[in-house]
Amino acid sequence: MRTKTHLFSIPYIVWMAFFVVAPVIIVLVYAFTSPAGGFSTENFQNMTDYLGVFGRSFWLAFLSTVLCLALGYPLAFVLSRERSHHQRILVMLFMLPMWMNMLLRTYAWLSIIENTGLLNQFLAIFGLKPLAIANTQGAIILGMVYNFLPFMVLPIYSVLSKIDNSYIEAAQDLGAHPGGVFRRVLLPLSLPGVLSGITMVFVPAVSTFVISRIMGGSKFMLLGDLIEMQFLGAAYNPYLGSAIAFVMMIIVMVCMLLMNKFGSGDEQVVAL
Amino acid sequence: MKKIGSTFGRVYMALIMLFLYAPIIVLIVFSFNAGNSRSIFTGFSLHWYAELFRDSMVLESLYTTLAVSLLSAVIATALGTFASIGFYSMKKRWREPLLAINNIPMMNADIVTGVSLCLLFVAAGSILGFSNGFATLLIAHITFNVPYVILSVMPKLRQLDRHLVDAAQDLGCTWMQAFWKVIVPEIRPGIVNGALMAFTMSIDDFIISYFTAGTGAQTLAVTIYSMTKKRVTPEINALSTLLFATVLTLLIVVNVRSAQQEKKRLKAERALRKTSV
Repeated sequence: MRTKTHLFSIPYIVWMAFFVVAPVIIVLVYAFTSPAGGFSTENFQNMTDYLGVFGRSFWLAFLSTVLCLALGYPLAFVLSRERSHHQRILVMLFMLPMWMNMLLRTYAWLSIIENTGLLNQFLAIFGLKPLAIANTQGAIILGMVYNFLPFMVLPIYSVLSKIDNSYIEAAQDLGAHPGGVFRRVLLPLSLPGVLSGITMVFVPAVSTFVISRIMGGSKFMLLGDLIEMQFLGAAYNPYLGSAIAFVMMIIVMVCMLLMNKFGSGDEQVVAL
Repeated sequence: MKKIGSTFGRVYMALIMLFLYAPIIVLIVFSFNAGNSRSIFTGFSLHWYAELFRDSMVLESLYTTLAVSLLSAVIATALGTFASIGFYSMKKRWREPLLAINNIPMMNADIVTGVSLCLLFVAAGSILGFSNGFATLLIAHITFNVPYVILSVMPKLRQLDRHLVDAAQDLGCTWMQAFWKVIVPEIRPGIVNGALMAFTMSIDDFIISYFTAGTGAQTLAVTIYSMTKKRVTPEINALSTLLFATVLTLLIVVNVRSAQQEKKRLKAERALRKTSV
């Protein structure tokens, strides 16, 4: 009997060979091929010209991840302590914006933050000075936090909602103050959710090119912009582009390894 | 003390909600703007809704988006469900590496999946003589959708009692009957959830479509992106308002229905308990 059902996976295994494994191999081959042809590590040496881009990408992605965690953890906690039928509705309300095209939602922020935008119109009513937010790195961080916050909240929420209230009460009964309850009970129990949230925010943030284009007015190049330019932009050079994509794969692999080390990793399930 | 804590929590939730909904509210309000400014409201008008239905490029890309999302969700669901059943009945030694490969598109940054498929399609296209278009777009969407289907079907299979199929066969089912009448109904919630997830991922995707669609078949997100390089007309606000309203209505209908069913079930249970007493 067994001998029959495992054959069901053959179509997908063939599919994966063509469309998952082959593309990764092609990226590897391109990454180690010089534009003139032949094996070389030239592309990786050329990457040193873009250390500024690497630095900026990592720094902005790091700041957005920290902000998402700082905003998202308390939100996930408050959500998980609501009554259960309220929880369902609230979680859905927090997910609903994701159903609207992210480009449009990001672009709509410009109406709010541009120099003559709604925020400055509002500030002008009180005679306050206009804020210049659009086309700054701050605007890029705003765009990242806005787009990726739900990816932080969901995995943390799904772990926290499984923690029985009696653990918290027991800790309190045994004399723990709120900080102690958080540090010694909640945080260790929710660590897998936190780690998968960090990965789910950091990876898209470090690789985005849309948010930096829209919110930063193309003034600040990020890794995503750099890759995009090598494939579809003016600086056509898929060899360098593949090398950067390869570095990105390594980053993801390191994140995954860290996650597997500290948590089961089952919490990445995206709730609808 | 507890009361203050929960009020504070509510206020906090409301603030985050405001943050998440602010641009959406702006978008909806300005879809009714008479002028074409994105930050100065000059009066109510349905002008942009009328424009929308005259813009063949937007409508065509909407059609492409719906077609590719539906097709890829259906194909990925079939492919993923069979793959899950296959993986499930495999030895661990084979299953683990295959599941690791399956996870690659889900774990990698979208841009990496996008450019790697782009390289493959360009290479294959130059040999076989095709250029990127609807077919490559569809293949890319199926590729990133299947892992989500497997992710939601696998747990249901793990809950399945392995003896059920044997029992059905002992009672005279053929193997095929056992499959359709025992396994499939048991894992149906996982399949439905996986299909929904795949459809959502497809509709929402921009980056992978951007690298694999070529000029032949533009999805809505790709069209919108090319507009943001110049200027987005409020027409797009009108379209997203309509889409948002559709999703909202669907969610409300589904939830009201499930709430009603829940109520009915509780009532029936209570009635049963009363009669048994």
